[in-house]
Amino acid sequence: MSPAASTLDLPFARRRLSNGLDVIVHEDHRVPIVAVNIWYHVGSKDERPGMTGFAHLFEHLMFEGSQHHDKGYFPPLQQAGAQLNGSTNTDRTNYWEVVPTSAVDRALWMESDRMGYLLPALTPERFETQRKVVLNERRQTYENRPYGLALMALMAGLFPFDHPYRWPTIGDVPDLEAMQFDDVREFFRAYYGPANASLVLAGDLATEDGFELADRYFGDLPAGQRPAPVHAAASLAGERRLVLEDRVELPRLYLAWHSPAMFAADDAELDLVADLVANGKAARLYRTLVYEDRVALDVSASQQSRELSSVFVLAATAAPGKSLADVAARVDEALTELAANGPTDAEMERARAQVESNFLYRLQTVGGFGGKSDQLNAYNVMRGEPGYFAQDLERYDSATQQSVRVAAGRYLMAEGRVALSIVPRGQAGSALPGSEPISVS
Amino acid sequence: MTVDRSALPAVGPDPAFLFPRFEGHRLANGLEVRVVEHGSMPIVSFALVVGGGSGSDPGGCEGLMGVVADMVDEGTGALGAIEVSEALANIGGDYDVEVGADAVVLTLTTLARFLDRGADLFADMTTRPSLRAADFERVRQLRRDRLRQLKDVPSAVAERAFLRLVYGSHPYGHLSIGDESSLASLPLDQVVQAHGAAFRPSNATLVVAGNLRGGELLRAAERAFGSWQPLESNPLMLGADQAVSAGARRRLALIPREGAAQSELRIGRLAARRDTPDYPALVVMNAVLGGQFVSRINLKLREEKGYTYGARTGFDWRKGLAPFVLHASVHTAATAEAVTDTLHEFEALRGERPVTPGELELAKASLTRGYPQSFQTVPQVARAIGQLALYRLPDDYFTNFGPTIHAVTIDDVTRAARAHLDPGTLTMLVVGDQQAVAAKLSNPEWPALEILGA
Repeated sequence: MSPAASTLDLPFARRRLSNGLDVIVHEDHRVPIVAVNIWYHVGSKDERPGMTGFAHLFEHLMFEGSQHHDKGYFPPLQQAGAQLNGSTNTDRTNYWEVVPTSAVDRALWMESDRMGYLLPALTPERFETQRKVVLNERRQTYENRPYGLALMALMAGLFPFDHPYRWPTIGDVPDLEAMQFDDVREFFRAYYGPANASLVLAGDLATEDGFELADRYFGDLPAGQRPAPVHAAASLAGERRLVLEDRVELPRLYLAWHSPAMFAADDAELDLVADLVANGKAARLYRTLVYEDRVALDVSASQQSRELSSVFVLAATAAPGKSLADVAARVDEALTELAANGPTDAEMERARAQVESNFLYRLQTVGGFGGKSDQLNAYNVMRGEPGYFAQDLERYDSATQQSVRVAAGRYLMAEGRVALSIVPRGQAGSALPGSEPISVS
Repeated sequence: MTVDRSALPAVGPDPAFLFPRFEGHRLANGLEVRVVEHGSMPIVSFALVVGGGSGSDPGGCEGLMGVVADMVDEGTGALGAIEVSEALANIGGDYDVEVGADAVVLTLTTLARFLDRGADLFADMTTRPSLRAADFERVRQLRRDRLRQLKDVPSAVAERAFLRLVYGSHPYGHLSIGDESSLASLPLDQVVQAHGAAFRPSNATLVVAGNLRGGELLRAAERAFGSWQPLESNPLMLGADQAVSAGARRRLALIPREGAAQSELRIGRLAARRDTPDYPALVVMNAVLGGQFVSRINLKLREEKGYTYGARTGFDWRKGLAPFVLHASVHTAATAEAVTDTLHEFEALRGERPVTPGELELAKASLTRGYPQSFQTVPQVARAIGQLALYRLPDDYFTNFGPTIHAVTIDDVTRAARAHLDPGTLTMLVVGDQQAVAAKLSNPEWPALEILGA
């Protein structure tokens, strides 16, 4: 076990309420705050073609009031000194509050009220306003931002039209515009019950008090359904070359491959590959593309780990006067070399040191995105084991030069991948040769 | 067990908050070192606050201090840029540099078992960077290319243009990345000169934080930074010392962005210095007006009208006169309405609709009760102590923040809004589709629309 893994001491206790709600309590008394973190196991993967964007729009509606507090969710909590937020991705929706210890009752009252009693407060007017807010969010975050549509185009290239990862979590515009109030209500009934949720209380409270509070506020809510798991497979034969014209100054190449699901064999290896090729100046692709040959301005890589299957994405922006073909040739060369000879000892050591330390850095906070409470929930929902910390880190410790080499070969040398060129408007010719235009709605 | 859902549970009294106690020392070379024992994970952070940021860039050299800061991890002694990056990775180092208007703040976080290696590497990088010509050329070119890319980012276009509108040629009037012509002509000897002028023991504060004994943290700092000696250099110009006035008239400007789905808005003015006695009242005023989700402007523009994904106001605090600005990206069709609504809210707070007792209480509670959350991690605490040094604030500043905010009255907020938020001198900037928005922006109560280049 690595030195860091041995210091990972996160004691917790878990119980399941009779309605199926998982409750996990972790004590940390250093700061007089408590993190409340709740995951609903629903995301855009649970949507259907033609009806996309529900999970995310729904997250917005959860902040608009519930039966016994029929107005905005923020004021009583901000008045209590809370920080709070929520987010939706393909696999899950999470909500969190971090409150002074003296306000934990209020936070749980509010979370439980919207879990149990949202629909009586959900009006067509509130729905209409949030539909507009989400359309604004889409314009601001995707359409009005350079390269903002890249991931949408990649997913459309990687997945068939009915695959749960095909559409963006924010939803397609025509679907958002066509969304019906009644469908939104149905979505709540299907996914927002205790049986499909997991609650973490972390911070300045005693374990038994935590369970007692959870039972008091959530214990009498009806269980709701536990939705059937989603299954889907996707593969790609050959390279698909796509081009998208956008309001950008310089062309950027995106390469994307199908890769193993979160926590599956080779998931950690591909995470290490991403570090090895693009994290820091010493990383292989940064070094050749940006530092030495100067054909690119930047390069990034990530293993985007998800529940059903993952995607490995690599991106590089061409330097002025350089072509995407130059960039692609060097990327392929570097990946081929990695798949043939694997990383060096020194590279493995660096990558592991970075993984280890980033792991610890994240766990300095009890709440918020990525803090201890969020991570306990992630492990519980995705693994059924809230205390998966040391085993998670162990995946990286036990990776070897050999296993990284093999993973790079198996997944990144595969025939099937998407090569997306994002090019300045009117310059479709600067895409990789043979690219077909793609439009995203 | 049944819960009483007829009323929200009351909230207990404010939690007591004591900012971690730190110790200050001065090394023989004049460097101020502050150490603090903090955190439960085996992590240490070094934060070096160097006086003089982008506000120290001389006219024609906009972007200079940004380049200096960027060159810090490009090589030191026998290590080239790649080797520095490897050395950082070997200790799991998280290295970060921020170039503000008044200071450069460099931070290195690493695992506690690498305390000495981290301290040595950080000292070598910051105090003895190689500043080689080849690295300089590459860094400068990357920054020029980055500038070119930023032309496509509406928020970056707006930030840059807004500073130029309110500050004119004052050294605060540019972003730390500078501009194309200044970067193109920047000579390396200016970079060497600026590093020597700013990076001096007497012009810096080093904070070391971590879950080790204070003595050990201090020893590591002394070992690594004790031999730092200043180079001969010219004195450093500071933006805070250069005169600037708040502007005497209202302005309305548009930067055309054909076909833009949204308009990027900036509305504000030069308002106050960080050391103004009105600081607590202004912080409360901002919370009521636009500083948080439940503020007046966000509730109006987002929750009531659905014009935007979010609107926020804030101060970009500086030692010298600092701007107070609304930031929002709004649906193109709602551009003029969003400007009108914002102006109304600015004006109303000055008298017609002063802050209510309920709003005052909400603002104070959210500012103070959640305060301890900002000081959980080791780098957060290190940077916070660095801020105290930068703005010359007392050691007990964070501990006293709550009581200071609680003392603010409704009259204080109204007075502060009247003194610092004169709507007659606001600068209003839109980055958006000229064809779609220009006609609606012509309003007899507003100044004539100026069309600017990007």
